[in-house]
Amino acid sequence: MIYPTKGDLEINTKLLAIALVVIVTSAIGVYAVFELTKPKNQNLIVSTTTSLYETGLLDVLKTEFEKEYSHINVSFISQGTGLAIQTAMRGDADMILVHDAARELTFLEDGYGANRKVIAYNFFVIVGPEDDPGIISGMSPIEALTQIKEVGETGAIQWVSRGDDSGTHAKEKSLWTATGFDASELSTEPWYIEAGSGMTATLKLTDEKKNAYTLCDMGSYLNNYANGNIALEVVVEEGKDTLNVYSAIANNPEKEELVTNNFDASMQFIKFLVSDNVQSILADFGTEDFTRSLFNPYIPLLENEPDSDLVEWIQELAYFEGTECPEEYRYNAGNLYG
Amino acid sequence: MLGTTLIEAIEEAFRLIITGDPEVFSIVGRSLSISGFATILACVWGIPTAVLIGLYSFRGKKFVRSIFQAFLGIPTVALGLVLYLLWSRSGPFGFLGLLYTPLGIAVGQSILVTPILVSFASSALGTVDSEIKDLAKTLGASRLQTNIVILRESFWEILLSITASFNRAFAELGVAMMIGGNIRYVTRVLTTSIALETAKGDIPFSIALGIILMTIVLSITLLLNYFRKE
Repeated sequence: MIYPTKGDLEINTKLLAIALVVIVTSAIGVYAVFELTKPKNQNLIVSTTTSLYETGLLDVLKTEFEKEYSHINVSFISQGTGLAIQTAMRGDADMILVHDAARELTFLEDGYGANRKVIAYNFFVIVGPEDDPGIISGMSPIEALTQIKEVGETGAIQWVSRGDDSGTHAKEKSLWTATGFDASELSTEPWYIEAGSGMTATLKLTDEKKNAYTLCDMGSYLNNYANGNIALEVVVEEGKDTLNVYSAIANNPEKEELVTNNFDASMQFIKFLVSDNVQSILADFGTEDFTRSLFNPYIPLLENEPDSDLVEWIQELAYFEGTECPEEYRYNAGNLYG
Repeated sequence: MLGTTLIEAIEEAFRLIITGDPEVFSIVGRSLSISGFATILACVWGIPTAVLIGLYSFRGKKFVRSIFQAFLGIPTVALGLVLYLLWSRSGPFGFLGLLYTPLGIAVGQSILVTPILVSFASSALGTVDSEIKDLAKTLGASRLQTNIVILRESFWEILLSITASFNRAFAELGVAMMIGGNIRYVTRVLTTSIALETAKGDIPFSIALGIILMTIVLSITLLLNYFRKE
């Protein structure tokens, strides 16, 4: 073999480096092969909203579910409701866990979804600076938004919109519509800011502004307030207009475009969500840290107080033709609807 | 504000490393193995391509080289998006089952770093002193033997281009997020964790992860340079 003359030392260093590279490479290789070819459980992919994911609730549910069904590995893709639904429509998720009744209905009507089930609810609140420069404290959501627009036009305060097509964003838009304005027209105004990010990031942005208000689900608000992420206060309390309802829908196995191999696992997960166990986890989740729970279970409410105002509100907002899932969108539902 | 956050973050980083937080360790391990595997994959096709471009002449060589150079700075989200659409279950390559898997991230990253590897390695091979080539030839070396000599001569430069490729893969976010989906215990890597923890508002934890990320990237490069100097 021919090569230019070299010192012994250099050759040794080179050998050492080569040896190091070989060792590191083979270690990585072995680990990667091991990691990538691990015997796989059935993998259930749930696309879901950032407001559920960022509170940590889903991690608790994952642990519980996998304890019960050890052959299923459940994974959450956390996105805004709009994107979460699209992910499922492309067949990249097996089911959705979202909070936007109107789009859920479209999902069902277009044939992508089956077996919708209302799981839980909480409320949206309007949050803003403690000194309330817009003087909206105690108002109804509609009055508050009218006031925010008026004061906003003077430049004194701002409104921060999620602007990411999430369920919370949809709620914002419908509240603006109820107030008599079109949110897409408002978005060009200087006092109307579109954050284009998740709930926590939007809260942080609102907090940094010092004079801004935003709409937020109670779970995310409490979570961030208790962590010291934000100093924002609730200025408009919960009510009928700010109800927030979470539902689960499985991908429809009969839809041709969807490659759904996991319908059974999806159904097991939905049944798990409405089980007594999970419903009581929901009632407790967050009580330790926030003195109140972040989400409220729907099933016990429906059982214990079927005639309450709350049930009426929920059904008005999130039921279609008087049911959470019309007959034609049910598929091998078993005893899911009692 | 920033000062206290930084100090908190550094404390947090040390605490995570010293206490051996199992989730952080698994995330770091996953990052290393995915990006390491991506680099190995890129080497499999990248090094021969670099040799071809660096040491042989053929028609359209300049064009091929400029294609690779043009893709040096390809935005990771753009690549992530394209691969996402291709690998989506309803996309043309959905049957491969690469979406939301660690292997998917590795393949995506290997594509991402190929231009870096090919460009740097081929230019390293091209700049080897022509006297050495001539010497080898005069001493009666065949074409293959001459090429081996040149490969040996540019050993460190090629190693450096492999390291640069690994660092790019290790530190990128777009492909890991869009292809991996940031699924906990499956495809959550360092960069996607940082994005998530920032979105969740846990800034100290994010910075702590960032410190770990930078420490790894820096120490690999420093180690390489240390050996090289000796």
